[in-house]
Amino acid sequence: MSEDHALFIKKVAEKYGRDPTRLMDILLEVNARYGWFSEETIGHIGEAMDIPRVKIRDKISFYTFFSQKPVGKTVIRLSNSVVEKMKGAAEVARAFEDAVGVKFGETTPDGAITLTYAQCIGMSDQAPSALINHTPVGNLLPEDVGDIVEAIKNEEDISQLPQALIDVNLRRSGPVVFAPMDAGTAVRAALKMTPEQVIDEIKKSNLRGRGGAGFPTGKKWEACRNVKSDFRYIVCNADEGEPGTFKDRVIMSERANLVFEGMTIAGYAVGAEYGIVYLRGEYEYMLEDLKRILEERRKKGLLGKNILDKKDFNFAIRIQIGAGAYICGEESALIESLEGKRGAPRERPPFPVEKGYMNRPTAVNNVETLCAAARIMEQGADWFSTIGTEASAGTKLLSVSGDCSRPGVYEIEYGITVARFLKMVGAEHAIAAKIGGPSGRLVAPNDFDRTISFEDFSTGGSVIFFGPGRDLLTHMKQFTEFFVEESCGWCTPCRVGTTLMLKEFDKIIEGRATRTEIENIKKLGQTIKTMSRCGLGQTAPNPILTSMQNFPELYEAVIKPVDYIGTFDFAKAVSAGAEITGRKPHSDEEANL
Amino acid sequence: MAKPLIATQHLTSCFGCHMSILDIDDRILKLAKMVDFDRSPINDIKEFTWPVDIGIIEGGVSNDEHVEILKDFRKNCKVLIGIGSCAVANSVPSMRNTVPLKECLEEAYLNGPTIVDGGIIPNDEDIPILLDKVYPLHEVVKIDYFLPGCPPSADTIWNALVALLTGKELEFPYELIKYD
Amino acid sequence: MSQETVTFTLDGVKVKATKGQTIMEAADAAGIYIPRLCWHKDLPSGGNCRICTVMVNGRPAGSCLFPVEDGIVVENNTKQLKDHRCQVVEMHFIEGNHYCPSCEASGECELQALGYYTQMLTPTSPYLRPKYEVDASHPDVYIDRDRCILCGRCIRASEFLDGKCVFSFEGRGIHKRISVNAEHNLGETNMEASDRAATICPTGALMIKRTGYRIPVGKRRFDIHPIGWDIEKKKKSG
Ligand SMILES: Cc1cc2nc3c(=O)[nH]c(=O)nc-3n(C[C@H](O)[C@H](O)[C@H](O)COP(=O)(O)O)c2cc1C
Ligand code: SF4
Ligand code: SF4
Ligand code: SF4
Ligand code: FES
Repeated sequence: MSEDHALFIKKVAEKYGRDPTRLMDILLEVNARYGWFSEETIGHIGEAMDIPRVKIRDKISFYTFFSQKPVGKTVIRLSNSVVEKMKGAAEVARAFEDAVGVKFGETTPDGAITLTYAQCIGMSDQAPSALINHTPVGNLLPEDVGDIVEAIKNEEDISQLPQALIDVNLRRSGPVVFAPMDAGTAVRAALKMTPEQVIDEIKKSNLRGRGGAGFPTGKKWEACRNVKSDFRYIVCNADEGEPGTFKDRVIMSERANLVFEGMTIAGYAVGAEYGIVYLRGEYEYMLEDLKRILEERRKKGLLGKNILDKKDFNFAIRIQIGAGAYICGEESALIESLEGKRGAPRERPPFPVEKGYMNRPTAVNNVETLCAAARIMEQGADWFSTIGTEASAGTKLLSVSGDCSRPGVYEIEYGITVARFLKMVGAEHAIAAKIGGPSGRLVAPNDFDRTISFEDFSTGGSVIFFGPGRDLLTHMKQFTEFFVEESCGWCTPCRVGTTLMLKEFDKIIEGRATRTEIENIKKLGQTIKTMSRCGLGQTAPNPILTSMQNFPELYEAVIKPVDYIGTFDFAKAVSAGAEITGRKPHSDEEANL
Repeated sequence: MAKPLIATQHLTSCFGCHMSILDIDDRILKLAKMVDFDRSPINDIKEFTWPVDIGIIEGGVSNDEHVEILKDFRKNCKVLIGIGSCAVANSVPSMRNTVPLKECLEEAYLNGPTIVDGGIIPNDEDIPILLDKVYPLHEVVKIDYFLPGCPPSADTIWNALVALLTGKELEFPYELIKYD
Repeated sequence: MSQETVTFTLDGVKVKATKGQTIMEAADAAGIYIPRLCWHKDLPSGGNCRICTVMVNGRPAGSCLFPVEDGIVVENNTKQLKDHRCQVVEMHFIEGNHYCPSCEASGECELQALGYYTQMLTPTSPYLRPKYEVDASHPDVYIDRDRCILCGRCIRASEFLDGKCVFSFEGRGIHKRISVNAEHNLGETNMEASDRAATICPTGALMIKRTGYRIPVGKRRFDIHPIGWDIEKKKKSG
């Protein structure tokens, strides 16, 4: 038995040339076979790769798709992000527990099914949603669950279930990303220019990164090109994990060719011969289609050697699947993960354009940025910069979810007011909007006349609406839980600070807080923002801090006008002792102040 | 003008902090001139005669009676000071905090290596009911000042008292702040 | 290679440095102490604790990793940073279970020393009280995870100074902890008491057995001088 395992693992390792930087793929294949990693498996991998087992364990324990205890043949990952909760994930969860016969976090005794929760799986427009192994199912109703579980038990093909038909939900196409396209047009246009001219054109267009930070793309490419090196790399960041975003899902399913086009152009511009798409593990179901498209491009001479007969322009693309870690969307963590390590962000400087993948200059760009770059080659910088506003050229894809009648992806021109956008998506009654996902801000109606743009409300794309009657504070707590869950743990301010923030906030929500807690939490939030190593920690306090800023009345309503309330809970603290002795504790009338 | 009143109490601790109070040596005579002691184990007064200016608590909160006492102190003291690591932080008594209470009692009274011929977990009306953990004071009531140390040195205590009694800021030279 | 000199401002004082130095190295050379915890002079920096965060041209940066540049304006000793540092020191205390009065490392512990340095009287945030077992399986070295602050020094020391790989992290976020290169425990690894990793821990988490009380409490390193004293001394003596 054990020799069998060892042999299989050795073969997988050899398939990847025992290359430690391909550890992610090796783990994914081992996981596909066993479903989990025993210490024995970890030992075999270590031996096969000649890597100390503690390093293998380090990596496995970092990603949520890798389990260190046995899981069922089918794993149901029900998303319980904020929007999913708003749309009834709890009822669906109960239905699953009833139908499967175990609680979440457990596996059926016959080892058939495991129930577990997942963060946002990129399906907020079709919440409640779940991944059944790698197949997403959406728009779940409690009454559907019985049939789904039945199908799993009968080992039917899950992808044929009606709930597995994923809506594209592209609600509004714009001129940049979702306009019609022909494979090769943009690359052809780019190859007519010198690489320097391509960079100048991108610079002239004023294109800024769509992944959140908004760094000027032309400048990034130029910096990458200008670092002396034997190799350079292009990385396409398709790890979208911010709860409430799913626009990259739609791009990858509808415009993958444009993305690859953009990567190829970037490769030409910076002088890279190799591109990697880091696709979040939740989107693995797209992999076969994407590989097929890559193959077609190769056949057409759009990838490979001497692309479109341009002498010495070679470019290849491979797709790396992730394994469930939001932090791997952060570019330096992504690179670490690509190199086969835990996805902990690096210190900057040096930036990836100086020392990125394999310590070589690397341009990391968001999926949408690469689409825009390709389109600029097609249509020109002048055309591009007439769209949007002066400081924010072009269009932006927004992933819309929550309380609105038309959730989905919208390609809008930068500069649109929130108010106009509300009407477009059918969220006129919104009492609040979370713009930019958990790490963005909670916007109140009196700011709805402001615009979505780099100069005003800047966003990576997630827009979540909250309708009348929503308990905003509870949702801010859930956003904070997301950060606690997804903190990589490298640095103390984020690792411990986010947990503390949650503890303090619990006091507020449960009505056990005074003005002191409000002041504490503000102070704590500032410490986390200032002292954390990367963007995750630096934005993690935003749900709470921005809601305090924009909805102070919610806090006024719950805090108590007393001097002090301790964290101590008498009833809870004394219950074990009372039970052991069978006696009643001294009454605690005053204890509850 | 009446002299300020002081009350002191120990909860779960070794009484070392009280020893340290007494360890201020002949300054105790000065202190006696400056203040009067109300409820305190030092004079064996067990109830507050009246509200006092300064309350000093040593030790962590580990049973239901402690909660009552501590709340009584908070009610009757203008300023409440926690002294010693057991009162203000984690210390020896709180080492049981990561073990469930039942396991602690069973280990101590039923299964421990020093138990012969079985044993019983003591249980009597007069024995307070243990809490699940040993809590530092500030998790239960508001504490105005913290004096760490195991115990805080006599100088630390003296400095703090003099500062409070003369209305000065509490400031300690490096050597006086210790967690051990 | 000629050494290029740069000049920058540190809390208003002009400091000369060599290109390639980190802000911390340059400050040390100038006799200015920047508080730190995960950094160690013989190891590459890890950037885990963030206590060394300073403001560089108004933006936060970890000084143990950030390279000096000509003309940068660095703030270190500001009220705001002191408050943030104190808060982060406190986070280290509440994350684990630190019983200083009964800890062998007391007085030698850099975390504790930073508590004194930042004038933290006591942690007031709620303790997280995680549950860990002590790993005493090794004949000469033990791990008490209650006191581990996940600074990563032992990992780096084992790798870079001992040429081994005894330690690594495991898990993520608040569940992260130190893990050993064995199926079960430290006793199964090739750790030796003579490893540099065995004495590199800033706290009492990784200790050599039977040596804890050789120096009596009260006469230990930080009983005598505050942390950073050795660095600041340089300035005083010119
Ligand atoms: C916690 C965190 C998560 C991130 N997630 C993503 C992501 O999912 N997709 C993305 O493109 N950028 C993400 N980013 C931003 C990337 O670090 C990087 O700025 C971006 O990929 C650069 O591409 P762009 O210039 O085209 O926007 C994230 C950043 C942080 C701090
Ligand atoms: S801020 Fe959070 S996510 Fe970023 S390095 Fe620190 S612990 Fe990791
Ligand atoms: S490791 Fe340091 S801080 Fe922790 S208990 Fe020991 S002396 Fe105290
Ligand atoms: S055992 Fe010590 S050196 Fe290792 S990570 Fe923990 S605190 Fe740091
Ligand atoms: S000393 Fe710089 S981050 Fe710890």
